Amino acid sequence: MSAHAQDVAVDHHDDHGHHHKETFITKYIFSQDHKMISKQYLITGIFMGIIGILMSVLFRMQIAWPEEPFTIYEIFLGKWAEGGVMDPSVYLALVTIHGTIMVFFVLTAGLSGTFSNLLIPLQIGARDMASGFLNMLSYWLFFISSVIMVCSLFVEAGPASAGWTIYPPLSALPQSIPGSGVGMTLWLISIAVFIASSLMGSLNYIVTTLNLRTKGMSMTRLPLTIWAFFVTAIIGVVSFPVLLSAALMLIMDRSFGTSFFLSDIYIAGEVLHNQGGSPVLFEHLFWFLGHPEVYIVILPAMGIVSEIMSTNARKPIFGYRAMVASILAIAFLSTIVWGHHMFVSGMNPFLGSVFTFTTLLIAIPSAVKAFNWITTIWKGNLQMNPAMLFCIAFVSTFITGGLTGIILGDSALDINVHDTYFVIAHFHLVMGISAVYGLLAGVYHWFPKMFEGRLMNKNLGYVHFWITAIGAYGIFFPMHFVGMAGLPRRYYTNTNFPYFDDLADINVVITVFAIITAAAQVVFLYNFFHSIFYGKIGPKNPWKSTTLEWTAEMKHIHGNWDGPIPHVYRWPYDYSKLNKDETDYVIPGQDFVPQTIPLKENEDELNH
Amino acid sequence: MTAFLVVLVIILFGVAVWQMSKIFELSKTKQTDTGDIASDKDNKVNGYLMIMFLVFLYLLVIISFWKWGDVLLPKAGSEHGSQIDNLMLVSMILLFVVGILTHWLLLTFAFKYRGEKGKRAIFYADNDKLEFIWTIIPVIVLAGLIIYGLFTWTDIMNVSEEDDPLVIELYAYQFDWRARYAGEDNTLGEANVRLIEGVNQLGVDASDPNAQDDKITNELHLPVGRKVLFKMRSQDVLHSAYMPHFRAQMNVVPGMVTQFAFTPTVTTEEMRQEEYVIEKVRNINELRKENSEELIAKGESPLDPYEFDYLLLCNKICGINHYNMQMKIIVESQEDYEAWLAEQPDMAEVLKDQ
Repeated sequence: MSAHAQDVAVDHHDDHGHHHKETFITKYIFSQDHKMISKQYLITGIFMGIIGILMSVLFRMQIAWPEEPFTIYEIFLGKWAEGGVMDPSVYLALVTIHGTIMVFFVLTAGLSGTFSNLLIPLQIGARDMASGFLNMLSYWLFFISSVIMVCSLFVEAGPASAGWTIYPPLSALPQSIPGSGVGMTLWLISIAVFIASSLMGSLNYIVTTLNLRTKGMSMTRLPLTIWAFFVTAIIGVVSFPVLLSAALMLIMDRSFGTSFFLSDIYIAGEVLHNQGGSPVLFEHLFWFLGHPEVYIVILPAMGIVSEIMSTNARKPIFGYRAMVASILAIAFLSTIVWGHHMFVSGMNPFLGSVFTFTTLLIAIPSAVKAFNWITTIWKGNLQMNPAMLFCIAFVSTFITGGLTGIILGDSALDINVHDTYFVIAHFHLVMGISAVYGLLAGVYHWFPKMFEGRLMNKNLGYVHFWITAIGAYGIFFPMHFVGMAGLPRRYYTNTNFPYFDDLADINVVITVFAIITAAAQVVFLYNFFHSIFYGKIGPKNPWKSTTLEWTAEMKHIHGNWDGPIPHVYRWPYDYSKLNKDETDYVIPGQDFVPQTIPLKENEDELNH
Repeated sequence: MTAFLVVLVIILFGVAVWQMSKIFELSKTKQTDTGDIASDKDNKVNGYLMIMFLVFLYLLVIISFWKWGDVLLPKAGSEHGSQIDNLMLVSMILLFVVGILTHWLLLTFAFKYRGEKGKRAIFYADNDKLEFIWTIIPVIVLAGLIIYGLFTWTDIMNVSEEDDPLVIELYAYQFDWRARYAGEDNTLGEANVRLIEGVNQLGVDASDPNAQDDKITNELHLPVGRKVLFKMRSQDVLHSAYMPHFRAQMNVVPGMVTQFAFTPTVTTEEMRQEEYVIEKVRNINELRKENSEELIAKGESPLDPYEFDYLLLCNKICGINHYNMQMKIIVESQEDYEAWLAEQPDMAEVLKDQ
């Protein structure tokens, strides 16, 4: 394939005679190579994911069997589980850190960080990121912020426990909850460092996508993965700084006596001096990031799903331009809908109307995407690789979770389900589970690219997939009922309300599913780590894909392609394209045409 | 510290395993192997499993409704609540139709078009007409929902003075609620947390003439059929006044006064006589009886039997005891309400006794 590329102008990058001597430190630790950085992101993300999921199992057990003693609490929670009974303060800490870790560390850094780094240079035909050094810095800041977050779990008064949304005054006043002492300070520092990391990464992704595309790779020939990562990075650059400003103001309110978010407070027997601030202001600032954040999480997953689904369906993605347009529409709308988290916050009800309108608009591009995915598998030749299964499940959970969003986005309906378990069920399906499916699909699919041709074991993959797919619905579908029954979230136990006694058995069912599903992830972990070393080495292009990354060398080398960078002559979705007289595929006997193949005489040029 | 050491040991162990496996790896030769790429058999098995997954999802929906349909909230106890319930019903029917159809398409396609060697996928990249259709249908349906929703919302949130609502302050603090009735003049006296002192726990301005007839209570009694306007104030952190049976909720924010108004339409007594509620309470009491037997066996005191009451819950994380911040709401006839209120001491009396 690269033969076609050789007769074109040579740039200085093509000279690859000079290989630097790499030491262990420059290769595995302070690496500036995007492939290594992506693996670092993934493995750090997986490590944080283990902590996050384990926490959810612990607090789910408390919800199902309130105030029952368990030895496992004593092991993990120590002094916060005297006699094996979970303490209410650590319950709140667990839900807070679970949310923080899963949203930021797993689904933002672990998903977007991993695959943006791996795929942007490989799929656009670049030797590396625009700035390898900035990229390395971005990872190491992420690592530092992860370390700080993990350290905060061990402080004397406990980690942050004001919920992952850290609304002040609860998060600002240590008198109001023990976790708002040192734990909260560390939380804020960790997130500030995380934001710096995320900004560096995002700027790099944007510049790389705009400037380093190989010859012929116009924006309309980009795989949808790259479109998704590119737009995600833009959203990140627009919205993360706002969270940083909110975090800085909160730090000042906490430590330097300012009153950005505090006013008229009487706590622990005394009146505070603060006057004139507003917690609602914090909510605005937080959700100005917080809402785009869920799209930062889901857009890369959507890109990954589009790409993998098309490859495994052996069919072009349906409506490429509509898919790009809907990514852009979602990205734009995502920055003007934050108020739907605040319908009952006390803001002007007129604003509620505006945000209802913009929020429900988002359903339109989302619906277009869902229908386009369904059409993509229609009349395909579906190759049921584990990655493909996760993509199909992604569409399912995205639809299910998206539909309940219509309820929550409607201000009038939100009044009664706001902050109940209905919300938990909704966002876990639509952005939690869906994004995790995108992540897992990406890992199964691009594993050979990450680990020099090794494949993950497919049978373990199937076991992992089917338990996870069934378990996820088993957890979150019944949870809608708990919410519709009126049970508020973040309750340590419901036993103080006899009215909720009939929810006990649903909660047990949910927890049992949660434990089984979490256990199934051990299968994945084993498969992942085992395959890194012992995975079967497959062909260079195992999924028969058209995109550029599969033309790169299997063995990781700095610069990705040993020879010149391949040039691109077509869009990335020429699967099962027939020749003019429709007797055979464009390349006889091969149902895909890689992007590096020039247009043939026997095919029609299509403008997608 | 021990936890930290344990983590450290685990990490070091991991590194050791990794290094050892590197040695193994170096001693092995590599060959290409397509064994982990889906074969026709995998496609077939997983295709069938996709159909079974569809069946599982439909069954999950049916079983959930059959088993847990009775945990949902009873009919709304307020005027606007039935509007919300109607909108909810319309939305839910729509969601279920769309959800069931799209899942049927997605998963039957996954089954029907499972891969086989030699099968040819159709090259189908675009169809403007189709895409237009599934852009415009959501637009129309959502336009309907948005308009319906916005009318309902505006109706609920706009409180006009002409309704002459009964003004009650809901006061939230870690971890309880107080209600302050505005008294004869239906006007609340000024208040600020800076004035909290002794028995004046809500910081009411004792010099304000409007405050003299205010009455502070631990229970919320509401007369049926009269619009109530809640003015909400927090003493410390964010709280949220959630009254699920009335489909009412509003955050309580320190430093500002938030409000929510509704008209209770069903008295507590009437609600207790609702068939759905009788059944629900019977079910809960059976569960409590079972649990009591276990408790008695363990030598602890049994649970009290349950009787239905309206509730005010805190629905915004507010601290350690967030899970137990509640107040009983009683909706009763105008006469009962007045009789109850007359028994409550007003501010002037309370402050005089001090």
